[in-house]
Order: sequence, then C-alpha cells, then structure tokens
Amino acid sequence: MAKTIRRRGTRTGKKSAIQEEHSKRIGMKIILILTLPVLIFIITGISATLGSADLLIWDAYSAILHRIFPEYFYTTWLSDICVWHLRLPRIAWAITAGFGLGIAGAAMQAILRNPLASPFTLGISSGAAFGVSLAIVLNLGFFGGMWLIVGNAFIFAMLCSGLILGLASIRGATSEIMILCGIAMNYIFGAASSLFQYFASDQELRGMSFWGMGDLGAFSWEELRPVIVLIAIGSFVLMRKAWDLNVMTVGDETAKSLGVDSGRIRLIVMTASSLLIAGIVAFTGIIGFIGLVGPHMARMIIGADHRFLLPASGLLGGVILLGADTVGRTILAPIILPVGSMTSMLGVPFFLYLILKRRREYW
Amino acid sequence: MVMIKLETIDIVFSYDGHSGPPILDDVSIQLAPSRILGIVGPNGSGKSTLLKCIDRIIKPNHGSVLLDRREIMKMGRMEIAKKIGYVQQTISRGFPTSVFDTVLMGRRPHLNWRSDEEDDEKIWEVLRLLDIEDLALKYFGELSGGQQQKVLIARALAQEAEVILLDEPTSNLDILRQFEVMDIIRDLVNKKLVSAIIAIHDLNLASRYSDKIIMMKRGKIVSAGEPSYVLTADNIASVYGVEAVIRKQSEAPYIIPIGPIKTTIRKG
Ligand SMILES: Nc1ncnc2c1ncn2[C@@H]1O[C@H](COP(=O)(O)OP(=O)(O)OP(=O)(O)O)[C@@H](O)[C@H]1O
Ligand SMILES: [Mg+2]
Repeated sequence: MAKTIRRRGTRTGKKSAIQEEHSKRIGMKIILILTLPVLIFIITGISATLGSADLLIWDAYSAILHRIFPEYFYTTWLSDICVWHLRLPRIAWAITAGFGLGIAGAAMQAILRNPLASPFTLGISSGAAFGVSLAIVLNLGFFGGMWLIVGNAFIFAMLCSGLILGLASIRGATSEIMILCGIAMNYIFGAASSLFQYFASDQELRGMSFWGMGDLGAFSWEELRPVIVLIAIGSFVLMRKAWDLNVMTVGDETAKSLGVDSGRIRLIVMTASSLLIAGIVAFTGIIGFIGLVGPHMARMIIGADHRFLLPASGLLGGVILLGADTVGRTILAPIILPVGSMTSMLGVPFFLYLILKRRREYW
Repeated sequence: MVMIKLETIDIVFSYDGHSGPPILDDVSIQLAPSRILGIVGPNGSGKSTLLKCIDRIIKPNHGSVLLDRREIMKMGRMEIAKKIGYVQQTISRGFPTSVFDTVLMGRRPHLNWRSDEEDDEKIWEVLRLLDIEDLALKYFGELSGGQQQKVLIARALAQEAEVILLDEPTSNLDILRQFEVMDIIRDLVNKKLVSAIIAIHDLNLASRYSDKIIMMKRGKIVSAGEPSYVLTADNIASVYGVEAVIRKQSEAPYIIPIGPIKTTIRKG
C-alpha cells in the first residue's frame, strides 16, 4: 500500500541546475564579502591623504605599503610619520569600532528577532556612556586608568542588556516596546550625563565632551592595541555563534527543538556585545546607527545567513564609519565634524524608513 | 515484553505554574520503535502541549518522559535534538531566509561551526524526497502554506532524528500532498526504523496511517489503541459531539461525519 515516492532531479554525484545555482550564490557571497576589505583599503588611502600636511594618494599608499613590503614601496620620513603615527591609528580605530558596532548590531537583531535593534537604539551605548561619565566624575571603578573607564562602561552596558533581556522574556513585548525602552534609556542616561556636567570640574568636563559627541580622537597605537584586542575577542565569540543565531531567528521553540538553548545564547551574545560596546564607547563616545545600518545593508546584499552576515555587517560597519569620518573631515575642513553626528544624519532617515517598511517585510 | 522507544508517564502540565487548570492530566503514552502513533482530539485538548512536553520545549509539572528508558530531563538539549525532531504547528517568521538555509538548520545538532559537503548533500536529498528541490533558493516567507509545511517537515527529516513529532503536518496540504507527505513519513518509519508521533485532525488520515491512536479530550486520554478500537462512533460522539458512521475500508476504519449531535448545539 505504501506508494513509491516520486523522485526528481539527479542522483548523488551529479549536480542539478538548482544545485549549481546554489553553489554560485555562495561563491557570490564570498566574493562580495571579500570586496569589502578592498573598499576599506581604498577609503583608507583617501582618508590618509587628509590633514594639514599635503599628501597625494599615491604617497599615502606608498607610506602604508612601505612598512609591509619595504623592497617594493618607498616613502619619505615625513610621510611615514604623518601616515603611520598621525592618521593610520585613527583610521584603524574607525574600522575596528565600525566593525564592532556592525557585528554587535547584527547579532542583537538576531537574538531579539528585532530588525530595529542595535547598540544605540536599545540604549546600551547610552548606558555605557553613562558609565564613562560616572567613572570620570567620581573616579569610581574597579580597574585603573583606561580600564577603569571601560570596566565601568561595561557594567552599565550590561545593566541595560539585562533590562532588554528581561523585556525579551516577557510574552507580548513587541519589537517596538523594546525600542521605546531603549529610547527611554537614552533619555535617562543622557539626562544623567548632562547632570554630571554641572558638577564636573573644567578638566573633567573637557574629558567628557571630548568623546561625548562621538569623536574618533587621536589615539596612539599603544593606546588602541588593548581595545582592538578586546573587540577582536568579542567579535570572535559572536562569530562562533553564527549557527545558533541562524536558528534563533525562527523562534525559541524551534531553536530549542534544534538543540539551541536560546536563553544561554542570548546571554552570551548580549555579554559579548556589551563588552564590544563598552570598549568602543569608552574610547569614542556614542556613535549611533552604525549597528543598525551596517547589518541591514549587509542583509540586503548577502542574505540572512549569519555565517556570512556577521563578517559582512562588521566590514560594512567599518566602511560606513571610516567613510563618515572621512566625509566629516572633508566638508568643512580644517574643521573636523564629530563622526557621531555624521552617522546620525545617515542613520535617522534609515531608521524611519525601516519602521515604515518593516511591517510588510518581517513577521 | 514489548520494546518501547519513547514513553511518557503520568504527565501533568499547566501553563500557569502549578496553580492553573491542568492542560495535560496524567497523560501516559507508549511508542514502540518503528511505529506511528496518531494523536487526535478537539481543538485545545492538549495535543500540541503534549508534543512540546515530549521534546522538553516546556517542562511538565509532574511525570516523566523516557527515551530509550532514559529520563529526558537529564539529557542535554543538543542530545535530545539529535534524537527527537519536531515540526511545529504554527509557523513563526523571522528575517527572510532561503528554503535551503531553513532546512540546513535541521543539521544544527550534528554540527559544530561549519557545515560540509556531506551536510549539503543531505539537504538536497531531503528536498528531492519531498519534491521541493526547485524551491530551494526561494525565501521561506514567499511560499504557500503547504509549501512551508513541507519545508518544515524537510527540516525535521534533515535532523535525522530517531523520533519525529509532527504537529498537524498535513493541515495546509491539498489532498494529493496529504497522501504524499504521509507516505513519506510511513516510508521513513518502515525503512529507517524511525518512530513518529503525529497530532492530526483528519480522522481518516489518522486511521489509515497510524499503528496506534490516542484520543484526547481536555488534557486526558479518553481512548487508546488500534485505530479500529479508538475510532468508534461512540467515542467520536462523546469526544467531538459529532454523529458519524464508521465503514470498514481495508482494515482501517473509515469515518463519515454526519453532523453535530443535536442536543449539544441547542442551548436553553
Ligand atoms: N502558551 C500558552 N499559554 C497559555 N495557555 C496555552 C498556551 N498554549 C496553549 N494553551 C492552552 O492549552 C490548551 C491546549 O492547547 P494545545 O495547543 O495543546 O491544544 P491542541 O490540542 O493542540 O489544539 P489544536 O487542535 O487547536 O491545535 C488550550 O486550552 C490552550 O488555550
Ligand atoms: Mg495544536
């Protein structure tokens, strides 16, 4: 009585047309991801020419490449100092911070199943920024020096993450409620941070406003090294969870039946993201919308498979932040516009567009 | 002694912790290897809840679930996922994902970080088996309800579990595809020694494809056994309030519903 099952297509060994197409698309995705570093390299060259000392783009590239392939590229002492000591640290930091924000945004969107989620829209960046203000004003914290600030930022980022996780566990808490909560958080911490400015001494005030608007600042390689390592570790942790993130986008019950403990993954992702955000915010203040725009653009190009989406979101975040910084340094040169306000100008219209469009696209 | 693949012992469950009314009330079932167990019962009788308890998606207040005589509460989630597959009744949507990637999720319990050629090949086999290979690159959200249902079944098959729980797997399928899907499940059970529990509304499909049936009402098992023992006019009348005629059709009973029993619909 059991009927024979209709089989179509080819037997194993030979690939069907649709299989070929599938392999082709995977190849495309990899190529697309690989073009992003190229794009970053191009913007890096452009960005490295900007500044008080006049450099041509070729001088900038030679200076960069001289240290990597000294036999093939020549440079002057002046360009070398100018590029490697003054400009490249800022560029490297823009790429790293953008990468961290992008990858954290993509991971948070997946675990919360919320396309509007990002470090900024959920209020986590504001929490971290508050932690920084607190550390500066009260000299509070558990670690010394810069780590005091990063550590404090992390504590408050985690506090916000905890609140978001709590919200996520309540039935009927929609994406919008989460974002409203994030906006509330932005207000509370924003108000608290500006309260501090009344009590802060002049010196502290300068310290606060220096990163308050999201400025990439002028750090040295030595200052940047630890935070770059921190972001690399956080990103690695997130990347390892790519499979689980894929599964979690279809719902907790299905995730459970596929062996993924969604509660645990949420905690891991939020902790790793908070760490990334704390590091970034402690060094540059709040940079909004990179974590929202990066992942969405990546999803449009690459699709929703997090094995590709996470690196693509990070790289696009790097492209956007570096691009925004480059533009911010050009349009009113020699005045440097804070990169945070540049990304907001890009991000706010995009955010509104997402809110309007979202209903149809997702659940 | 009969071999038992999976059994539940006196499961009690209520959604509001221990205080609420029990949704499952002392439910005990037994599933032999390589058998299909059908679960029938009116809406809200607890079929889906029972399947979720078996897969430990929710935790029963009382009682236990044994898989190969091992308490499921003591197993890791990944270990359970390797052995039990589950096709949900309601479809939740997330970010747009392709059919191939959706089915690939079923390999998650067997993977660490990467998938390899072999996993991919398994996905293609399953897609071909369900005759949905041509949908592989479409977005899941773009498919019709029936096509989506097939994709979710494909995902459970890709999981290569020993026990498959299916919650209304045929509710969105046309009559031909209902047979096709049930035949695939039957084939799998016969050839790969998988066991299946299927919650299903269509009494005739249940009758035709199940080795055993349990009939539930308000969280209790009303009747359990061979289809011809469970699907009687009396049981259907008392559980569903529907008058039905039973015909014998090549061993399995064939149910022809006549209409609601008059006294139950006339109020006051
Ligand atoms: N998440 C939930 N929270 C609270 N009550 C629930 C929940 N899910 C189901 N219930 C209740 O539990 C009871 C059993 O539901 P269940 O989904 O198990 O029924 P079912 O037999 O699968 O019904 P159907 O045939 O409609 O699928 C119903 O009364 C339902 O209202
Ligand atoms: Mg149900």
